[in-house]
Amino acid sequence: MSKLGNLGARLHRGEVGYDFVGNRKIWYGISILITITAVLGLAVRGLNMGIEFQGGAVFTTPKHMTASVAKAEGYAQDASGHDAVVQKLGDGSLRIQIAGIDTDKSDAIKDKLAKDLNVNSENINADLVGPSWGDQIANKAWQGLAIFMVLVVVYLAIAFEWRMAVAALVALIHDITITTGIYALVGFEVTPGTVIGLLTILGYSLYDTVVVFDSLKEQTKDITKQTRWTFSDVANRSINSTLMRSINTTVVALLPVAGLLFIGGGFLGAGMLNDISLSLFVGLAAGAYSSIFIATPLVADLKEREPQMKALKKRVLAKRAQAAAEGGPLEAETAHERYDDEPEDAAHAVVGPRNQPASRNRGRGRPSGKRR
Amino acid sequence: MAAPKKGRSASAQSKPGRSLALILIAIVALTGGMFASGNTTPRLGIDLAGGTSITLRAVAEPGQESAINKTNMDTAVDIMNNRVNGLGVTEAEVQTQGNKNIIVNIPKGTNSKEARQQVGTTAKLYFRPVLTTEVSGAAATSPSPSVSGSPSGKATGKATEKATGKSTPSSSATPSATATSQGRAVTGALKADATPSATASSSAKTSASPSASSTSSGNAAAAKLQAQYTALDCVNKKQRATAGQGAKPTDPTIACGQNSSGQWQKYILGPAEVDGTDVKNAQARFNTQTAAGWTVTMEFTGKGSKKFGDITGRLAKNQPPQNQFAIVLDGNVVSDPSVNQALTGGNAEITGSFSQQEAQSLANMLSYGALPLTFKEDSVTTVTAALGGEQLHAGLIAGAIGLALVVIYLLIFYRGLSVIAIPSLLVSAILTYVLMALLGQAIGFALNLPAVCGAIVAIGITADSFIVFFERIRDEIREGRSLRPAVERAWPRARRTILVSDFVSFLAAAVLFIVTVGKVQGFAFTLGLTTVLDVVVVFLFTKPLMTILARKKFFANGHKWSGLDPKALGAKPPLRRTRRPSAPVDPKEA
Repeated sequence: MSKLGNLGARLHRGEVGYDFVGNRKIWYGISILITITAVLGLAVRGLNMGIEFQGGAVFTTPKHMTASVAKAEGYAQDASGHDAVVQKLGDGSLRIQIAGIDTDKSDAIKDKLAKDLNVNSENINADLVGPSWGDQIANKAWQGLAIFMVLVVVYLAIAFEWRMAVAALVALIHDITITTGIYALVGFEVTPGTVIGLLTILGYSLYDTVVVFDSLKEQTKDITKQTRWTFSDVANRSINSTLMRSINTTVVALLPVAGLLFIGGGFLGAGMLNDISLSLFVGLAAGAYSSIFIATPLVADLKEREPQMKALKKRVLAKRAQAAAEGGPLEAETAHERYDDEPEDAAHAVVGPRNQPASRNRGRGRPSGKRR
Repeated sequence: MAAPKKGRSASAQSKPGRSLALILIAIVALTGGMFASGNTTPRLGIDLAGGTSITLRAVAEPGQESAINKTNMDTAVDIMNNRVNGLGVTEAEVQTQGNKNIIVNIPKGTNSKEARQQVGTTAKLYFRPVLTTEVSGAAATSPSPSVSGSPSGKATGKATEKATGKSTPSSSATPSATATSQGRAVTGALKADATPSATASSSAKTSASPSASSTSSGNAAAAKLQAQYTALDCVNKKQRATAGQGAKPTDPTIACGQNSSGQWQKYILGPAEVDGTDVKNAQARFNTQTAAGWTVTMEFTGKGSKKFGDITGRLAKNQPPQNQFAIVLDGNVVSDPSVNQALTGGNAEITGSFSQQEAQSLANMLSYGALPLTFKEDSVTTVTAALGGEQLHAGLIAGAIGLALVVIYLLIFYRGLSVIAIPSLLVSAILTYVLMALLGQAIGFALNLPAVCGAIVAIGITADSFIVFFERIRDEIREGRSLRPAVERAWPRARRTILVSDFVSFLAAAVLFIVTVGKVQGFAFTLGLTTVLDVVVVFLFTKPLMTILARKKFFANGHKWSGLDPKALGAKPPLRRTRRPSAPVDPKEA
């Protein structure tokens, strides 16, 4: 079996595992830092809104134009009386953006441009946008976002519990902030395609989170009836046991998007495909990260405040202390504070089974360089 | 069909064959339906097929925001549909989107400029006096409808008309002045058709100022109009559409209309005297009292009833055809009732040998004119066929690459289980394609670029369901179960996860579809469709197939290539070390 298959097995048994919950403060910190950077980026640089949000026209000429960019810019300015931005795309066609023109005048401008550039005006693609169109799309998107958030919180609160709903919402906002922040910082152009991509992240980010929560809910069903593990331990185990799936899902989701990005960026140069896939790519990555590093630890945090869970934690800690005092081989209470991402440390797993010798050998027996 | 349906609930556990048969029947039936209906490809949106797409936004007049409602929008769509398709544009489609947008899609190869002009203008309804009319092309006139007042209108009719007419000359001054000059010009050029009493009675009241401008420019314009009228052939669709185009309501114009026997009739019409906003309400009604059959009743606003009283009062004294007024919607005469007496009661009834449908549609049109909606062009996208084809091509390539990458990944990671995963993906893909093709016809679904993106993204969601299921099975095997119980134990838990997560995904799609406009909607639609199909495929295809294959030795014994090898999965830890050296087979050979 492949390396990942083995990793899956060890993750399942808890031999390897990363203490996501234990180290949550680090990840919260990182996330807060990123979020602050994103918000700062948004505030300082602002988003580079595409022509669709300002109103204006985008003309795309047929392929293999001989006219230079500067020349086309001149033509476009002559024709419209406004500043024009001209890009040469990968296939040799020109993309001419003119902001602030009226949709009524566009036909005349298009005809003039066609004449200057010496192409048939029928072969020029035109995208004319009234000044309020972009706002309308954006407003609708925000509206959709708000409605979706409310519905999803209600749904998650019913299907799981309110703490998970809150955590999922935080993770969602986190993803969206990061994605828009990256757009602001890098200066990618925001188009309706970007908005579509961003909205898709909604579904996807939550989709990922929900799967982890589902496993968490299952594993914590009878948590108060035992005294071996605290809620955080179990939460950590659920993350680790669904880690394989999370990785697989993210990879499988990113592969088609990567295909889109490759084709959209490399083949078409610019346009809808590219815009959608770019924001999807950024958002999916953020979504996978947040469902593991933010959402579940947050649930654990919230849960641990419950009196029931506090009592459980007390009992668990007391039992561990007792076991340690008796000199038992239990390593749980120390392992709780450490993490193992190296196979060699497999034996010190957070919540692993207790057949230590076997797993210790296993851990030693496999230097990581061996596969691949 | 009945048997497999009955078995559906139980099939997941006990009768995997039935589910498989069910989904196969569904595929065959849908594919058959697709071929039978002749739509073997999904309808393509403008951005993939080329053409022009116009997004219009309704703007309510101040204080009338509630005018933007479903009824009014639907009405506007009807009107625009008539206009665009009246141009001879094939398959132009007009539909509402969201609650205040209308999308007009005009396929390539048609005159998009003209179409833009047509849809951009607001629906305008006018009542214009008929100056002259004749059947265009073929001969034979038929009785035209006539207007009579409702009982109350009749009673007060004459007295009031006269009073108003005389005491307030200015109210009828402008229109009658123009009518007069027009009347003369027309008569001059034609025959002594009728300069009749209208001129006499109304010009008497005419004050000096309004006539000044109209008479000076009037004669030249009238001669031109007469020439246009003579040349006009209403049977010709194109001429019909352009007749009287751009005429101001205050100018006389030419127009076409269809009379009750279906013949085209052409008109010279005087300036508009009452417009659509003066009509408060219009209804088709079956008149039981006078045995007039289906009639259309109109109710005017206060201002409208005065104006209508004036025009009818004047017209009633004229000889045919100048005792008729034409109801003109967007340059087309939809009705030309003759007037017998002045109608000032604020109510009027148009009688004629209407069928119910005719009466209804006339009433609708009268109401349309009162539509307080104007439309603004929000975006106009023109895509050449070349670029459209290219984008479609790029989208398909991207989809193929995405699918190939996912298949390779599944092969590497799940080995033999790909025998289940890949056909499941295929079934999903076939169902998506067939449904898209069928929905193109059924609900006007058009595949646009964002929709293609949605389908590509959905590959991930679909594949994820298998991943959840397979990982669960592997977990069970790791706990030492043999395959068949592992599958049965894994399924309920995987099912729950799949349902919960697909529901969230579907919720996102549904909210987006309902709330958003434009291209986002196409995307949301595909996402929602594929999410639903994902559930169907997992329940009716993946799971049953897994159950069946779990009985096969290859899987049950955990063959090295099955992807379910207990040793490789680490179910028996002590053995893993000995297996390991042989384990890392280069997966690409798989």
